[in-house]
Amino acid sequence: MATETRRVLMDPLIHNNPIALQVLGICSALAVTTGMQTSVVMSAAVVAVIALSNLSVSLLRNMIPTNIRIIVQLTIIASLVIVTDQILKAYVYEISKQLSVFVGLIITNCIIMGRAEAFAMQNPPLKSLIDGIGNGMGYAAILLVVGAAREVFGAGTFWGIPVLPLASEGGWFTPNGLMSLSPGAFFVIGFLIWILRTFRPEQNEAE
Amino acid sequence: MLQDYLNIAVKAIFVENMALTFFLGMCSFLAVSKRVSTAIGLGLAVVFVLTVTVPLNHAINDYLLRPGALGWAHASLTGQDLSFLRFLTFIGTIAATVQIVEMALDRFFPTLHAALGVFLPLIAVNCAILGASLLMVERGLTLPEAAVFGFGSGVGWLLAIAALAGIRERLRYHHIPAGLRGLGITFLLTGLMAIGFLAFGGIQL
Repeated sequence: MATETRRVLMDPLIHNNPIALQVLGICSALAVTTGMQTSVVMSAAVVAVIALSNLSVSLLRNMIPTNIRIIVQLTIIASLVIVTDQILKAYVYEISKQLSVFVGLIITNCIIMGRAEAFAMQNPPLKSLIDGIGNGMGYAAILLVVGAAREVFGAGTFWGIPVLPLASEGGWFTPNGLMSLSPGAFFVIGFLIWILRTFRPEQNEAE
Repeated sequence: MLQDYLNIAVKAIFVENMALTFFLGMCSFLAVSKRVSTAIGLGLAVVFVLTVTVPLNHAINDYLLRPGALGWAHASLTGQDLSFLRFLTFIGTIAATVQIVEMALDRFFPTLHAALGVFLPLIAVNCAILGASLLMVERGLTLPEAAVFGFGSGVGWLLAIAALAGIRERLRYHHIPAGLRGLGITFLLTGLMAIGFLAFGGIQL
């Protein structure tokens, strides 16, 4: 049982990462990763929503009629996102302003719907909760790596603290503005997937 | 007047392209862009649903949700603010609209339904649809502006996915490093396309 729990929790991190392998939840992974702070807040919000939605869907799984399950899942997720949004607005208002519409878009983040549909509908609550946390962490891992890369190379800072001395202030580093713009996000994730698959060739796609 | 609307449309299609600037609708953007014909089918369905839902959500927000919006029903309700219900209502409208559109198409335009049918259920959870509605609220557009914005965003998305699918069809004849095949190369391609679209930045009519 212990190894089973471990597998459910750890698998989504590298082996079966929701972003890199399952291609889920890409929108927010690209949009909010211009800096570390927004990435961390967004990751925390997504982990909370996915864990709680998996738990709730799993608790209700025997009561949800099959043909209206999508709308029931959407309602559960939307309610959780409303709560998350209110909490973020109350405690980290500045960052919630920067995240703008992307907090709301957690509702349509396919990782959450995907896990509710594929895992929580068939599994008991505790296991679903762990699966939710695991997948949330897999998502967070990619978000943090991309966020760190984009902030360091795009602005020379990490968590708002300068790490690479900027050329404009007498240092040697010229920030790569492209990293802060949208193409940078696509490139970073593209290369990240390449690196990941170089070390795990079994994830390569046949084409 | 007309120029304002044209400006919103051009901005939504090129300058602030849904897919390439805001990363909206990425899941289906990457998953359904293997063939041009299916990509165009999905793109048309997105244009259709966006043109219907953005103005609809605008009306709902204006008459029911925004602070003081309920004033028309009864004077005592003027102080109510239901805007926290925005996410839930918007996603509900979208899911319902998609369902109704699917049934209407099935009944009245069976050929169109045959072409778009498989994509419609997918669209309910496409973040481009919800995203456009939320952006519309954030920017404080008027009802006709919202309609133009919805249509323009849809066309922009269609353009991006059709272009990507065109490139990916050609990709089959090229040797790509094993680790980059599929998802990886698609990301890099989308990034290059996004650079192309950066050239439209700052265009104003």
